[in-house]
Amino acid sequence: MVTIGVLALQGAVQEHVKSLQAPDVETVIVKRTDQLDALDGLVFPGGESTTMRRLVNKYGFYEPLREFAAAGKPILGTCAGLILMAERIAQEPQGHLQLMDIDVQRNAFGRQRESFETTLVVKDVAKDMEAVFIRAPLISSTGDDVEVLSSFNGEIVAARENHLLACSFHPELTDDTRFHQYFVQMVRESKETAPEHTAVT
Amino acid sequence: MADRGTDRVKRGMAEMQKGGVIMDVVNAEQAKIAEEAGAVAVMALERVPADIRAAGGVARMADPTIVEEVMNAVSIPVMAKARIGHIVEARLLESLGADYIDESEVLTPADEVYHLDKSEYTVPFVCGARDLGEALRRVGEGASMLRTKGEPGTGNIVEAVRHMRMVQSELKKIAGMSKDELMTEAKNLGAPYELLLGIKETGKLPVVNFAAGGIATPADAALMMQLGADGVFVGSGIFKSEHPDKYAKAVVEATTHYQDYELIARLSRGLGTAMQGLEMSTLAPSERMQDRSM
Repeated sequence: MVTIGVLALQGAVQEHVKSLQAPDVETVIVKRTDQLDALDGLVFPGGESTTMRRLVNKYGFYEPLREFAAAGKPILGTCAGLILMAERIAQEPQGHLQLMDIDVQRNAFGRQRESFETTLVVKDVAKDMEAVFIRAPLISSTGDDVEVLSSFNGEIVAARENHLLACSFHPELTDDTRFHQYFVQMVRESKETAPEHTAVT
Repeated sequence: MADRGTDRVKRGMAEMQKGGVIMDVVNAEQAKIAEEAGAVAVMALERVPADIRAAGGVARMADPTIVEEVMNAVSIPVMAKARIGHIVEARLLESLGADYIDESEVLTPADEVYHLDKSEYTVPFVCGARDLGEALRRVGEGASMLRTKGEPGTGNIVEAVRHMRMVQSELKKIAGMSKDELMTEAKNLGAPYELLLGIKETGKLPVVNFAAGGIATPADAALMMQLGADGVFVGSGIFKSEHPDKYAKAVVEATTHYQDYELIARLSRGLGTAMQGLEMSTLAPSERMQDRSM
């Protein structure tokens, strides 16, 4: 059994809960920091990154989330969630949680009228992944330990760095749960191979 | 290949706003206060509803200069209002790059019979509704997001509560009906039959439904969330209050933690004077914005 939380400060939370469903998965809607201890993995949903960041600070999530990542527990970030995880954000003095060695560019494809959907090849996940991009960010460069999982028109839109997984699009808005299930598998493996996690509280 | 303006792209944009507050602003300075407070989007207007009400006359789309000024000032999405049925105002706002258009009864309707065919646009639309029939007619026309109409510019929550309760109770009623009752119900509601079939299956609206029209305090915002709103629009409430920045932050927090009463009590302390409210019975029928174009 693995327990996966969805950070619920703002944004599309229920959609992630639905996509994470599996017989051995328990999901938790996370609104308070004291809920983090019981989790094996965590999702940062899509929403408005500036709003989320303000609420992260306001409710004292900043350090606990960084500790969660430092403990090696898997995190999935989609769209705004990816922005929260990035080490560096274009045109901003610094990243938010700075968990993942990537540079991101916000609203990289333009305004809402330029938002789109397409089909992507995602390494180890799917050759025909339906992907919905909404005022989406992109990953403009990656560190040495980051594996690029998917690109669209030459731009990186999904990547993994060890236990951290992030994408520009919204897998939670389609019925295709393969990206989430790939993450669930990361959480299962992390829990099996790193029993010391239980000691980190 | 990339498809723009699909239902998933347009409705998905509204999904990302859930749990958030969308604030009316009339210039760049207010837009920055809203963004700083944690608003998920701003609505760029020439005048907030309370001032539209006070000014009387014909209320139209904002000057494009204001919309552009606000778009340049913030990185969160910018919405703008077009008059009901005004094809050119809507196309114009789309061409400016507004992220969402509110086909709004707050402005004087351009067409008293027909709403826009919103499915034809790349930009998504939000529309007001007082009951399920109205809500589903708007979705049938292509609205990607709904909100209660409430009674804008009054600072009085009573109409928004009425509309939210009405929609919620009608949703429950549909969910509990058998399939053979749905066609007659569709006729009675004046709503597309296919959308009722969807509600019977899922128990909910096919798009996000926010609260709007009369939300004046953090407690009002939390009340609407508790009644089932996916988020809230605050129009005149914030920038007609004594301390807009404090007020804006308090409304955002109360919306996130709408069941944390101790927190909302703390947030509600020392906020200064809320906007002056209006009692419904003092409004003449012609002053009721919610009765425009149903």
